[in-house]
Amino acid sequence: MSEQQYIEFYSECRDMIMSKSTAVMNNEREKAFELFKQCGFPSQKVERYKYTDVDKAFAPNYGILFTPLGIAPSNYIFSLKDAPKDMTAYYNRLADTSDGITLLNTMLAHECLLIYVPKNTKVEKPINVDNWIRGSVPSMMNRRMLVVLESGADATVIVGDHATDQQAFLTTQVMEVFCHDNSRLDLYEIEETTPGMNRFSNVYIHTENDCNVRHSCITLHNGTTRNLCDVVMEGQYTDVTLNGCAIASAAQHIDNNTLIRHIAPNCTSNELYKYVVDEQAVGAFAGKILVEKDAQKTSSQETNNNLCASPEARMYSQPMLEIYADDVKCAHGSTVGVMDETALFYMRQRGIPEEQARMLLKNAFMGQVIDQISYEPLRSKLYVKVEKRFLGELEKCKTCNLCK
Amino acid sequence: MLEIKNLHANINGKEILKGVDLTIRDGEIHALMGTNGAGKSTLSKVIVGDPSYEVTEGSIIFDGHDLLAMKPEERANAGIFMSFQQPIEIPGVSMANFLKAAVNAKRKYQGLDPMKASDFLSMMREKRKLVSMDSKLVNRSVNEGFSGGERKRNEIFQMAMLEPTFCILDETDSGLDVDALRIVAEGFNKLRKPETSAIIITHYQRLLDYITPDTVHVLLDGRIVKTGGPELAKQIEDNGFDWIKEEQ
Amino acid sequence: MPNEFVKKVAEEKYKFGFTTDIQTEIIDKGLNEDVVRLISQKKGEPDWLLEFRLKAFRYWKDQKAPNWGHLRLPEIDYQDISYYADPTRKQQQSENKEIDPELMKTFDKLGIPLEERMALSGMAVDAVMDSVSVKTTFKEKLAEKNIIFCSISEAVKNHPDLVRKHLGSVVPYRDNYFAALNSAVFSDGSFVYIPENTRCPMELSTYFRINARNTGQFERTLIVCESGSYVSYLEGCTAPMRDENQLHAAIVEIVVMDNAEVKYSTVQNWYPGDAEGKGGVLNLVTKRGLLKGHHSKLSWTQVETGSAITWKYPSCVLQGDDSQAEFYSVAVTNNYQQADTGTKMIHLGKRTKSTIISKGISAGKSENSYRGLVKVGKQADGARNYSSCDSLLLGSECGAHTFPYMDVQNNNATVEHEATTSKISEDQLLYCNQRGISTEEAVGLIVNGYAKDVLNKLPMEFAVEAQKLLSVSLEGTVG
Repeated sequence: MSEQQYIEFYSECRDMIMSKSTAVMNNEREKAFELFKQCGFPSQKVERYKYTDVDKAFAPNYGILFTPLGIAPSNYIFSLKDAPKDMTAYYNRLADTSDGITLLNTMLAHECLLIYVPKNTKVEKPINVDNWIRGSVPSMMNRRMLVVLESGADATVIVGDHATDQQAFLTTQVMEVFCHDNSRLDLYEIEETTPGMNRFSNVYIHTENDCNVRHSCITLHNGTTRNLCDVVMEGQYTDVTLNGCAIASAAQHIDNNTLIRHIAPNCTSNELYKYVVDEQAVGAFAGKILVEKDAQKTSSQETNNNLCASPEARMYSQPMLEIYADDVKCAHGSTVGVMDETALFYMRQRGIPEEQARMLLKNAFMGQVIDQISYEPLRSKLYVKVEKRFLGELEKCKTCNLCK
Repeated sequence: MLEIKNLHANINGKEILKGVDLTIRDGEIHALMGTNGAGKSTLSKVIVGDPSYEVTEGSIIFDGHDLLAMKPEERANAGIFMSFQQPIEIPGVSMANFLKAAVNAKRKYQGLDPMKASDFLSMMREKRKLVSMDSKLVNRSVNEGFSGGERKRNEIFQMAMLEPTFCILDETDSGLDVDALRIVAEGFNKLRKPETSAIIITHYQRLLDYITPDTVHVLLDGRIVKTGGPELAKQIEDNGFDWIKEEQ
Repeated sequence: MPNEFVKKVAEEKYKFGFTTDIQTEIIDKGLNEDVVRLISQKKGEPDWLLEFRLKAFRYWKDQKAPNWGHLRLPEIDYQDISYYADPTRKQQQSENKEIDPELMKTFDKLGIPLEERMALSGMAVDAVMDSVSVKTTFKEKLAEKNIIFCSISEAVKNHPDLVRKHLGSVVPYRDNYFAALNSAVFSDGSFVYIPENTRCPMELSTYFRINARNTGQFERTLIVCESGSYVSYLEGCTAPMRDENQLHAAIVEIVVMDNAEVKYSTVQNWYPGDAEGKGGVLNLVTKRGLLKGHHSKLSWTQVETGSAITWKYPSCVLQGDDSQAEFYSVAVTNNYQQADTGTKMIHLGKRTKSTIISKGISAGKSENSYRGLVKVGKQADGARNYSSCDSLLLGSECGAHTFPYMDVQNNNATVEHEATTSKISEDQLLYCNQRGISTEEAVGLIVNGYAKDVLNKLPMEFAVEAQKLLSVSLEGTVG
């Protein structure tokens, strides 16, 4: 199986990796390696990985990149090496040690991007993180991020994932997010990559009391994408929103897997994921709301709406509720549907050509997710991008700043 | 000119139209009356090209075009407009985007460039006044959250924007109160050019008090069984359809 | 108050928990090829059926029990179970054609009309006790219409071609672990054959009862409904109270041809174990219908109140164009019961339609899961599915879960799923109390109202029984 080459690589190169890294990260490395050797990559028999073939994505012989982080001077973004305070209490504390991809990332990531917002600080402008991968040979990158919002902190973070060159790429990403009491985080992940891209992203979010956290995961263009987002709601009176917009065509593959764990009472979670799957693309959504015994007065709504736009497209949808508390209001809804033929006809009767009418309807369908984006400049930009995507005009170079 | 000959049409294998012949010349208004299920709406949907209906026999010629060979949008661009009996909601598609797409599709068909945004907006404003439509409604998604009367008014507003030469009003009067009916009917009359022709489908005389038809047809069981002048509508209003059935 | 009252979990009354003292022939515990051969031999089966059993056994031997359900399935020692128990043996030896009076009494206690004169309710009954079919009523009357309704053992003898053609055609022995086990050791069950263009004049019904100690029940039901025909089939189950778990691994196969319709209703009330979770039936069942013909219809209705563990997914393969399938389910769990139940709707034909309505009610320390798959194949243009899964929680120590899976490979299909989880609102209870209705009665009323959509689908006789059962199962959850 494909884990062997990574085991060998690490065995040979651990010293090199450690020399480029920092103690906080190196302390976790060997433990992760031992666990990885035992569990390897999850097969499709593992419930949470049933829709994506991990082995296939990790099998090619990639050149593993150890590019240093390029960070413009900022009050809030750091390399973990230069963290303003000790982050040992945070690093690798949320990461799931039974997930082979997270373990691999812990073994191989040499740097960690830290977003740190101190107590009662409101960051006015969004914090932008842009990741690029490019290369002339198949390459792999292991990204690690740590986001820490101290109590009362308030920030908007936009993480872009870009790729250029028609090359096979593989990225793993592990992001750990800590939201302390009364913090507010608006986190966006926007992927605009290439068909050769394999993206495996695991995001772990932990919330305390009175937090307001939104995570929006937008896949505009990609190859094979697997996004996992786990939220643990340990404090009370917290409000979590997970939104997703996935547009796939050609041979693209988008698999979003979320878990919201309500541990404390009096919290609210809302989830809305929408997919448009066209041509031969595959879309998969699996989201679980887990309400534990003490999480009384939980209110949770999970919605997954999907549009299959071609006979070859395939959509899997799996919204799940697992509930152990009785005083809760939980609901989920999921639809896989076709374009509204009556609406289509109405538009054609007004003279709008069928193709354009379809495009307008797809756009309107996705609009519901974009409408919820609270950072206005990004919202406007995404309306345009989504429309361009449906028109097939979203070419890589136009949106990528690399060549400019 | 619209010329329908021996038109037969099915839905889900059930024959609804069983040989309709109808000729409407430029500038003429024809009223179409008949019991529920007689095929009035089917006829109008076949004219505009609803894909749920299958035409098994007959022809429709519109201004020299073989209408049945055209897509619904081509028929619309050729000048045919239908005011739907139940206009559908299209959440997420704003009225402005929707109408811009429709207006520019027609301009393209006519070989014209797309309209400038500012021209389009002033056109919207001007036409909106014709049917006394609230600007708030124009800012919403198509028909979303509109009341029954607002939807019907919105149909006439769209008619104003698209300037058709042939209109079908499918029970545009149903569900309207007297004032709304007057506004809709007056809107239609203002928009109407001398060459504009129309089919008006209705159950009642009251719409015909505002829009006087040249000819009234009675459609029963998929066929036109009686044709007369405006007085026929009054007779039906007073006596129903049974006497016509008995004449058969 | 309301939170207090749902906390108390009292003992549930299981009124079918008696055992019957009947001399029963039981073969030795344990499972191997010889046992399979012995069962086949005792039943005087033809070689092809023995072959079928052996193939299934060899396959089963190499498989592992599934662990994907939301269940804590106890280790089952398959060598500690007897695979054949025959309560009718004595009677055959004594050449007495009458049924053992003890046996009659058992079914009387269960309220099952075995005697035709008692069967004024107009239901034909096949009663299966332990492994063997005891008696089938109304056989002659059905024979007038060429309808076959008999035990599967009889069918093997008298209609071997029909059985051979359809047995295993819907649920192959390789389907799953328990299906393989059943295929190897199934003892008896019912066989129904409705010839073309025949409307079965009465409800057909089978009652299953496990009586003997340390036995498993492995019945097998096969229903074939030919073109243009209709049948409604009811299944009821009870078992005595015993401290140890009893294993029940059944298979139901249904074949529905062009324009035919089958309704299959189950009221499952196997012994659920006591309030401490001791004993109870492990109900591990594979039920599946093949809607082979165009415009065929199949409807599963189930009321699941019994069993310590229920693992069952009555499914439909919608192969014929325009076929329609329905699944209506109420599953009640109390005390330590665990249920993982739902359905699979596999849409293969064009314009196929399926509806899923599932109502889960959890009380005590129980776990109740809905698990369902809706799959739309590439060819299934215009397929539609609507699923609605609601859970009601009574008490704060139980769990209610929903695991729907959707797999759509067709852009001309519509699949909708919705689910809610809620509790009985305090306002509803207060309203009832104010009108003089006790809280316990109010809960019964509300729960029955909640399950009404499903109960309405049951045939009359069953609906009344099911309603009572719902109230009984939840008795003591409030107080």
